[in-house]
Amino acid sequence: MTTNISFLLNGDEISYEIKDHWTLLHLLREEMGLIGTKEGCGNGECGACTVIVDKLAVNSCLYLAVEAHGKIIETIEGLASTDGTLHPLQQSFVDNGGIQCGFCSPGMIMASKALLDENPDATEDEVKHALAGNICRCTGYVQILESVEAAKENLSGRDQ
Amino acid sequence: MKHFKYISPTTVEEAIAFYGQHSETSKFMAGGTDVIVKVKEGWLEPDYLISLNKIEEMGELYKNDATKELSIGATVTHATLEKSLMIQTEYPIIYDAVSNVGSLQVRNVGTIGGNLINAVPSADGAIPLIALDGMALLHGPDGERSVEVKHLFIAPYQTILKPGEILKKITIPPQDPHTGSAYIKFGRRAAMELPLIGIGVLLTTADDLETCTKARICLGVAAPTPMRALEAEKLLVGKKINEEILVEAGKIAAGESQVRDSIRGKAWHRKEMVRVHVRRMGLQCLDIIRNNS
Repeated sequence: MTTNISFLLNGDEISYEIKDHWTLLHLLREEMGLIGTKEGCGNGECGACTVIVDKLAVNSCLYLAVEAHGKIIETIEGLASTDGTLHPLQQSFVDNGGIQCGFCSPGMIMASKALLDENPDATEDEVKHALAGNICRCTGYVQILESVEAAKENLSGRDQ
Repeated sequence: MKHFKYISPTTVEEAIAFYGQHSETSKFMAGGTDVIVKVKEGWLEPDYLISLNKIEEMGELYKNDATKELSIGATVTHATLEKSLMIQTEYPIIYDAVSNVGSLQVRNVGTIGGNLINAVPSADGAIPLIALDGMALLHGPDGERSVEVKHLFIAPYQTILKPGEILKKITIPPQDPHTGSAYIKFGRRAAMELPLIGIGVLLTTADDLETCTKARICLGVAAPTPMRALEAEKLLVGKKINEEILVEAGKIAAGESQVRDSIRGKAWHRKEMVRVHVRRMGLQCLDIIRNNS
């Protein structure tokens, strides 16, 4: 019931002996101590556990760790630079009140990152469509949409 | 959570053979967005989870150049369908349905085959495939068989699949010219919501772009399994399609539906929504037909 898997996590090659029934969320939080990714509902309803697997946003609470083998995984821990400089999306959430209690933020930011990586010019409707699976109980969502919008501008500015 | 062993065969035969040896204790899985929830909740306690994701042929999406038949592998994800230009332009009813399943996170992992096999009365994925006269290719210990998608379902959460049988792919016959199709999932929250009602309409017209030669009106959550409003379809065929007759079709379809009161909505409201949305989806079909001509 154990399997050896290897995958790329935030740019680092990882090999791990896992149990087949572990979710990716369990592996990240409980085994590897990467507690940036949150467990909300545990059933794929709330999006708090969103991580990026091969460029796609997924609910890590429903994603088996064994299926991460050979994949490229990105979590919230991989966003800031090593010197502590925040990723434009993180900074934008801080600046625009997109973070209140903070529990949904890692999932919101990873879902937003997956979207903007694929579609840097996402319209507001596209942002809403992409974030519809992430629940926030504090902000009322307006500040979150504003945060993503502002990040979009910063990200495109960075590329120039 | 049950401590299962994860198996990932690379061929359908291998998957069926493994299941045959452990039929009491095995469960097939595709994306896992439903199966993992059920295992976590303790509703399923398999010793073996047999993933179908490594079976290459089951993940293919293509249109046969010669026959124009569309082939959707059972483990094609909702997101793959949603992003496919071919689906967006040629099969808008599929796009309408899959782009509103679950959430983006679920669509990135969850599969069209898994959606069908779960056989929830709302099955967003089933409605368009029924409207498109889709066929399901099943493969089991006794070999392959093909059934119409509408005959897959026998009751809520129950399909005709026999133990050890796998849904391999869905095929859609070539579309007639002058065909339009549209689906609406009517619910409250934009994501992770089962629809109060789902309405799919497909219309084909003659070259005059008015006279209906084929009509499909498919409803989800309107009966224990996905249903077609056959009387409403009959009304439309042979007639010139306009708003007036679509209003009539909506009334008939609402009458045919077997909607119920449930915790998510009342029967009268659901009937009203069938009535209204059959007309709206019909008009959308007409727009599509005329814009493509």
